[in-house]
Amino acid sequence: MLHLLVFSVFGLVCVAGAVNLLVQRHPINSALSLVVVMGSLAVEYLLLGAEFVAAVQVIVYAGAIMVLFVFVIMLLNAGEEERTNGSRVAMLFGIPGMLIGSVLVAWVLLEHSGTGNVATGALPGPPKVIGWLLFHDFLLPFEVTSVLVLIAIMGAVVLASHPGSVEQRSTQQDKREG
Amino acid sequence: MVPLSYYLVLSGILFACGVTGFLIKRNIITIFMSIELMLNGVNLSFVAFAAQWHALSGQVFVFFVMVVAAAESAVGLAIIIAVYRTRETLNVDRVNLLKL
Amino acid sequence: MTPNLHLWLIPVLPLVGAALNGLFGKRFSRQTISAIALGFSGAALVMALWIAAQFSSLTLPCIETLATWIRAGDFQVDFAFYLDQLSLVMLLVVTGVGFLIHIYSVGYMWEEGGFYRFFSYLNLFMFFMLTLALASNYLLMFIGWEGVGLASYLLIGFWFTKDSAASAGKKAFIVNRIGDFGFLIALFLMIKHFGSLNFEQVFRIVSGLPAEATGAGLLTAIGLLLMVGAAGKSAQLPLYVWLPDAMEGPTPVSALIHAATMVTAGVYMVARSHVVFDRAPQALMVVAIVGTLTALFAATIGVCQTDIKKVLAYSTISQLGYMFIGCGVAAYSAGIFHLMTHAFFKGLLFLAAGSVIHAVGGEQDMRRMGGLRHHIPWTFWTMTAATFAIAGFPPFAGFFSKDAILWQAYSSPYGSWVYWAIGVFTAFLTSFYMFRLWFLTFFGEYRGEAAASEHVHLAGGSRAGAPAPHEHGHGGIHESPKVMLIPLVILAILSVCGGWVGSERFDKFLAPALHSGVTAYSPEQAAAATPASEPREHGASEGLLTSISILAAVSGLFLAWLLYQRRPQLPQEIAHALGSFYDAVVHKYYVDEIYAAVFVKPLIDGSTRILWHGIDRDVIDATLDNSAEGAREVSDAMRHMQSGNLRSYAGWIAAGAAVVIAYMIWMGTR
Repeated sequence: MLHLLVFSVFGLVCVAGAVNLLVQRHPINSALSLVVVMGSLAVEYLLLGAEFVAAVQVIVYAGAIMVLFVFVIMLLNAGEEERTNGSRVAMLFGIPGMLIGSVLVAWVLLEHSGTGNVATGALPGPPKVIGWLLFHDFLLPFEVTSVLVLIAIMGAVVLASHPGSVEQRSTQQDKREG
Repeated sequence: MVPLSYYLVLSGILFACGVTGFLIKRNIITIFMSIELMLNGVNLSFVAFAAQWHALSGQVFVFFVMVVAAAESAVGLAIIIAVYRTRETLNVDRVNLLKL
Repeated sequence: MTPNLHLWLIPVLPLVGAALNGLFGKRFSRQTISAIALGFSGAALVMALWIAAQFSSLTLPCIETLATWIRAGDFQVDFAFYLDQLSLVMLLVVTGVGFLIHIYSVGYMWEEGGFYRFFSYLNLFMFFMLTLALASNYLLMFIGWEGVGLASYLLIGFWFTKDSAASAGKKAFIVNRIGDFGFLIALFLMIKHFGSLNFEQVFRIVSGLPAEATGAGLLTAIGLLLMVGAAGKSAQLPLYVWLPDAMEGPTPVSALIHAATMVTAGVYMVARSHVVFDRAPQALMVVAIVGTLTALFAATIGVCQTDIKKVLAYSTISQLGYMFIGCGVAAYSAGIFHLMTHAFFKGLLFLAAGSVIHAVGGEQDMRRMGGLRHHIPWTFWTMTAATFAIAGFPPFAGFFSKDAILWQAYSSPYGSWVYWAIGVFTAFLTSFYMFRLWFLTFFGEYRGEAAASEHVHLAGGSRAGAPAPHEHGHGGIHESPKVMLIPLVILAILSVCGGWVGSERFDKFLAPALHSGVTAYSPEQAAAATPASEPREHGASEGLLTSISILAAVSGLFLAWLLYQRRPQLPQEIAHALGSFYDAVVHKYYVDEIYAAVFVKPLIDGSTRILWHGIDRDVIDATLDNSAEGAREVSDAMRHMQSGNLRSYAGWIAAGAAVVIAYMIWMGTR
């Protein structure tokens, strides 16, 4: 009972945050509502027993990625959205498509799913076990994602740097050495 | 006792919101955030299924998704910054040089 | 044991000559080209003579198989050559007259461009004609048949830059093709019912069949269709229209192809297929009727023609009609006899006409000739011999052969006095128009212009608007060079003596071929197969009929003398009196115009409207154009998808994903 209550409360918060993201015009407001969504999702993870994932969600997602978003918004000084006429296709096909898809999925899930209930904290996921899995069964993906992150870092630095600044530094180096 | 399908419905709602945001928003950064919203919805369903089937690999997969989302948002925001520098706008409708 | 005669060499030698001259002739000198052409055709002649020399020691028919050509189940056709008396006669005529004409052409064409091309085509023609004559099955004969048509087209259109020559070549080929269609259907019938095209096999099977006395049957159909082919090739009604136009070609071509050899292929084919015709009296009757009508028709046209070569062309058609009369009353050897003598005197007539034309510097209209007998005596005397021969004066060659035909037309079981009467009247007409030609050309006052151009030296080749592209007005009216005169003399001798072998001896010589090696005759078939030796019951005797035909010839000469020597104003008055009938005859009964209106124009119109506009343009082109247009329009519509607009891409993706999800759910809940 308590389980269901907690789930519903934080589920509602989640949905409210998501809808707020859509409704708000200024991107900073959308970013902040996204933070709210992530926080409530962390609680949901806890309800499902995924402690490590919940912690990572708060630390990485809400604490790093969203911070990055907020920094970029403030850096670019993005103002309120202007109303431009976008794509007819998005309106005509996209929205109805999404609605239909989601309604179908929801209907199927609620009517036909033969799954039972999930107990509170059904599957405990302490960091120790996750770590064991990461370094034994999923070692290759782990290493690959490390490389991916490395590449992402380098790419981000190059892309976001001022045009010409990277080359200037390297030619300066050549001049000094040559 | 919460039925699994409730979790999945919640996940679906989040995902739908993400798609809607992608379609109707004009600010590139907001569109990006809708993508993150979609990813979160998917993460929730992974964890829910992991709890259902008692398979921890679901949570490990969420871990990987988060890593990739981080890398992706870093690079994506860098691109947005580069686009802003050249096009002087964050309106996605203005970034349409690839049209025929 | 018959020695290996290497029959295949006879056609192949001229083919080698043709290939050499055709491929390399451009670099050879005229002497080399002539040497090659004369050498190879002369070699063929020598071989033919050598075979003739040992003829009595050979067992006939002599069949030499070179290789298997087609083998499809039970049906087999070989490259095989067939030598018997009939093919020997054809062989000697073709090689002999052909070789003489080759010699003549060296002189005639010396100044012309395309010298090597001419001799290459001439040798090519010899190859095909010899293949036709020596073939041992209908298919190989058909190859030769088509090939001589091709050579004819090439040679008629030799001066192809001239529109009329090119059109004449096309006309010849196309009209021939119509005849060939009939020939082909006959071949198909033979394959279907006899399972073979080999002479031996076909004739063996056919001789086992009963004669089709009444009504039409298989053999009548085959016979009629073969006759269609022969009518095309040998210029009989209604497919004769190509022959007068074929006079656009050089005169040696007219002599060789359109007088002596190619046009006689039809007669040869009918004679070769006599086994079929003997058992199809209806077909024989058609052959005789066609021959008779053609002979008369062409003779009437020939009376009014003014171009010397056209007169000879219509004369050829008329004489071919005689040959078909002979075959049509089952007197095949008489037809072949006339074929042989006709080759001599008609070939001579054409060559001499060429000499005349050469003498007067390219003029072909007889109204502008006259009094030439003093200027060109050799030509005059040889042409005189030929004219008397064709008119049927004894003891020249034409008398014997024409008389044999007329007698058979009267007395054969298939004959009738109608054929004879028309034949005699046509003989009178023949004599008349030939002597008309003789008088107009060689007697009286010269009415032309060549004598005036003594010091004009024009280069060889064609002059636009001139009647014949063979003029080099050097030094007035002059006799032809010796290289042209020698063949004239030889042919003149043959025209005089060629008939002395006599029709009875000729019949006896050809008899084994014309009742060719087929065993197991039943008595009725034996009787039906030897009509020539059975005169019917009737009143007249051969002597009476012969005298009547001599009388016809003499009266033709007299009438010509009267109209063109004594009272030259009479022809005009007669023409005036006959009015529109005369006009019709002068315009060749408007046959060409009728054909153009009835066949050619509707065909061209239908082809333009239906095939070109309707199908080619509006269906095929339209399909291609419209599919390209459609592709362009589809892509034009589709390109709006790539708008560069991120949100529309997202919209499409969302819609597509929804479709996929719906499908998966549907599959899952089924």
